[in-house]
Amino acid sequence: MSIANKISRILDYLKRPEKTSHFAKERLQIIIAHERGMRDKPDYLAALQKDLLDVIAKYVAIDKEAVKVDLERKEGFSVLELNVTLPDSTL
Amino acid sequence: MTKIIVITSGKGGVGKTTTSASFAVGLAGRGFKTAVIDFDIGLRNLDLIMGCERRVVYDFVNVIRKEASLNQALIRDKHIKDLFILPASQTRDKDALTLEGVAAVLEELSKTFDYIVCDSPAGIERGAQLAMYFADSAIVVTNPEVSSVRDSDRMLGLLSSKTKRAEEGQPPLTEHLLLTRYSPKRVARGDMLSLADVNEILAIPLLGVIPESQAVLRASNSGDPVILDKESDAGQAYLDAVGRFLGEEIPHRFIEEKGNWLKRIFNLKERETV
Ligand SMILES: Nc1ncnc2c1ncn2[C@@H]1O[C@H](COP(=O)(O)OP(=O)(O)OP(=O)(O)O)[C@@H](O)[C@H]1O
Ligand SMILES: [Mg+2]
Repeated sequence: MSIANKISRILDYLKRPEKTSHFAKERLQIIIAHERGMRDKPDYLAALQKDLLDVIAKYVAIDKEAVKVDLERKEGFSVLELNVTLPDSTL
Repeated sequence: MTKIIVITSGKGGVGKTTTSASFAVGLAGRGFKTAVIDFDIGLRNLDLIMGCERRVVYDFVNVIRKEASLNQALIRDKHIKDLFILPASQTRDKDALTLEGVAAVLEELSKTFDYIVCDSPAGIERGAQLAMYFADSAIVVTNPEVSSVRDSDRMLGLLSSKTKRAEEGQPPLTEHLLLTRYSPKRVARGDMLSLADVNEILAIPLLGVIPESQAVLRASNSGDPVILDKESDAGQAYLDAVGRFLGEEIPHRFIEEKGNWLKRIFNLKERETV
């Protein structure tokens, strides 16, 4: 091992490990905001979204991100909204 | 009016049972007649932490199934008067707890007790749901660690929708954050989420911070809840938290790193000159 190599290893050893708590905070803020958005939605929504995606994918090549299912509660009824962005080439 | 408190967390092993035991002792110590119930069916542990494991004859499920009366099943605490423990059953039948059964037990306890502390099991299954269902207050026990914080937020969602109060449109239960196993040293090093971080993310009122403490293991070894160890940091932190729960204004402690030896000497010198 060269001297330079040795010195660099010693320096590595002495270096403090990188701080990680800010990663924890950032990741939590993102995932919790997402999960709070899903909180009031019924459990079947995610499954429905997946099934719809599979059906549509049978006919057109779509990208997973291109399907959005949303449930909006209004007084006395709910609106299930389905948004699919089809690529230009398929039309 | 009897108050029902649930100690909950979602994630396992964060300190719910430790907290239930100390809170129950703390409330009884203030003169309130208190019952603490172990909802962790199949994994009874509150009895060990309270030091009454050898006096368990009947349990929560026996009472629900009317195999024993509530008075027969309640164990009088050996440390403090006015405190009673209702142990969990060790049955493997996960349907042993029923909504009607729990309702009946809580109703009967409400006739004579001031506080009922419900030690929730981990997870979001039946035991956890029933532990929170009738609650007037929830203490959400959280460790400064990503999965615990996320699970706590999930429990907050359930507390606001899957409780009797929520379902009947009554005023919501009061939520309290209890941050446990906190290590100011690791926070200062940047290795641990800080109190401010967790507080900002969960955004519910802070009841207290319990430091990571060797006194907790000592307390469970001997079966004397840590709040009774008045010399210890964790014991004092629990005493403070109980005081705050009862509406007292008590400044938070054990949230800063202890001064290093240099600072301590310096402080000592300063004090001497005063
Ligand atoms: N402040 C603390 N300092 C050090 N250790 C602690 C502290 N609080 C709890 N512990 C330890 O953490 C472990 C789990 O605690 P406890 O049994 O109270 O958690 P729990 O949330 O009830 O677990 P479960 O989800 O299994 O019911 C125990 O070994 C306990 O001694
Ligand atoms: Mg427990």
